[in-house]
Amino acid sequence: MEEEIMKSKAPFENTAIWMKKNLFSTPVNTAISLIVICLLISFLGPFIQWLVFDSVGLGTAQDCREASGACLVFIKEKFDFIIFGFYPRTELWRPISSMILFLSFIWWSKEPKRWNKRLLWRWLKLILLIALLMRGGLFGIAPVSLDKWGGLPLTLLLSFFGLLFSYPIGILLALARRGNLPLIKIMSITYIELIRGVPMISLLFMASVMFPLFLPEGITFPKLLRAQIAIIMFMSAYMAEVVRGGLMAIDKGQYEAADALGLNYWQKQIKIILPQALKIVIPPTVNTSIGMFKDTSLVVIIALSDLLMTTKTALKDPKWLGFSVEAYLFVGLIYFVFCYSMSRYSNRLEREFSYGAHS
Amino acid sequence: MKNTIIKVENVNKWYGDFHVLKDVNLDVTEGERIVICGPSGSGKSTFIRCLNHLEEHQKGDIQINGITLNQNLKNLQKVRENVGMVFQHFNLFDHLTILENLTLAPIWVKKTPKEEAKKYAMELLERVAISQHAHKYPGQLSGGQKQRVAIARSLCMKPKIMLFDEPTSALDPEMVKEVLDVMVDLAKEGMTMLCVTHEMGFAKQVADKVIFMDEGRIVEQAAPDEFFNNPKHERSKEFLSQILH
Ligand SMILES: Nc1ncnc2c1ncn2[C@@H]1O[C@H](COP(=O)(O)OP(=O)(O)OP(=O)(O)O)[C@@H](O)[C@H]1O
Ligand SMILES: [Mg+2]
Repeated sequence: MEEEIMKSKAPFENTAIWMKKNLFSTPVNTAISLIVICLLISFLGPFIQWLVFDSVGLGTAQDCREASGACLVFIKEKFDFIIFGFYPRTELWRPISSMILFLSFIWWSKEPKRWNKRLLWRWLKLILLIALLMRGGLFGIAPVSLDKWGGLPLTLLLSFFGLLFSYPIGILLALARRGNLPLIKIMSITYIELIRGVPMISLLFMASVMFPLFLPEGITFPKLLRAQIAIIMFMSAYMAEVVRGGLMAIDKGQYEAADALGLNYWQKQIKIILPQALKIVIPPTVNTSIGMFKDTSLVVIIALSDLLMTTKTALKDPKWLGFSVEAYLFVGLIYFVFCYSMSRYSNRLEREFSYGAHS
Repeated sequence: MKNTIIKVENVNKWYGDFHVLKDVNLDVTEGERIVICGPSGSGKSTFIRCLNHLEEHQKGDIQINGITLNQNLKNLQKVRENVGMVFQHFNLFDHLTILENLTLAPIWVKKTPKEEAKKYAMELLERVAISQHAHKYPGQLSGGQKQRVAIARSLCMKPKIMLFDEPTSALDPEMVKEVLDVMVDLAKEGMTMLCVTHEMGFAKQVADKVIFMDEGRIVEQAAPDEFFNNPKHERSKEFLSQILH
């Protein structure tokens, strides 16, 4: 009834009704609303002033220093470097097309109805294509060595492969920890507890410094790959604990029904237990993924130039000293876009897998 | 003379120090319908769960359809294909549709072709009068409907034996009958059934034998008429007087 009235009225009236109902329903509510609105105005006003009206969009560093607003010129000037790091300027079309390919494929893969074996094959082909684009050295594409990779592509690469491998490894670790093969169980627990017990920075450090010591003479392992392995090892332990939480939430009856029907261990896990357990833990899984996405910035410790590192480097340019607010706001925005998308997507997946329980 | 399909000899089971099953012996012939009753905690569930090895017994011998239950996974697999089980709390797979609940095991365990499995599943759903809900999820059905689906799911594997562990005791009273009706039909078709239940009406109507368990032992076994009208054992008398009032 109320909704019908809302629909039939003009948009402004709808807003008015909504505000009355939600913001000004009681005196206390009204007071709180007014305070919050005042605060918002007093913060947002100057911010918009700084970002939009007083900002410098054209000119030099000197112009920026004289103005009171944000220095957008700095972002414009350093955009390429912050996003792509030391990748050769003349070859930027390669990371650009790689990222476009990558992100559009992510977009395409987000529909659960497309999740099948074919999708996996397509991803494999895409990854090979992107590797070729980024690395070069074949078909007349100039080679670009791994230590030139940086910025956003590097952050995306570390996060993507981090997630791609740590999710299944985490699942296996969780199953091992819950299983009844004592040796495997102990190994899994030891691994998880050891990894969780050290900060990722020290793991990255070990990967870059100690790992090469164990390798036979003459074999070198690119630093990027070592960092990637460290990230995967770290994330797997956290994913394992997230998945374990889901496994523990599954009713014993589900195992018994599967057993009674004659399903073997893997059929039971893959068809019955995991689909339900993984669904339950979608929010913490995404939470962990978001955390890990941001934590990839810790690779600065071993001098890989990810997005945050390129930003810091850009800030050290003597010509452009002093624009750190703009720079951090800019990368912050990039991180936010990715993290927020993941969070939205998590909500969507949860709804998708609600099995008509409340319909 | 019909074949013995279940042979239980001197089965003993412990939970830690607690002796749950004590020298249980039972022979079930093909097509026999057995109702198991007894006070709470007497080991009824434990006993029938031993028959498909959901619980492990520590001493004695259980043979199902000629196969001895032990650690051998192949044997266990064969036994479980032949033994269906219906639980008190249904234990349907909530993330699968009703139809998928039914076809999952035939497709994966028995490698039945998908279409064939679906066809048979629909026949069974027809039989338990749920076919119009085939594409819904368990969360959308009532308790009675869920339990009928659970029965159909077990039947999908074409079992020789059906085990029921208090199939109606989690149901609202008005739904008990629809489930019992399905079980009565099943009994009429000659299915070998072992059913833990306190539905004495059901026992009188279909059971060939009632087994009374107390403190981990089979204390008395008799035809239903005999057991209800003329219980021999003190504990049976006490139990009957409690549930009939
Ligand atoms: N996993 C277990 N560990 C320890 N003790 C158990 C376990 N399962 C059951 N028991 C004990 O074994 C005894 C028999 O349990 P069981 O479930 O077989 O009884 P029941 O006859 O089915 O009772 P009810 O009518 O309440 O279902 C009970 O005393 C119970 O507390
Ligand atoms: Mg019981």
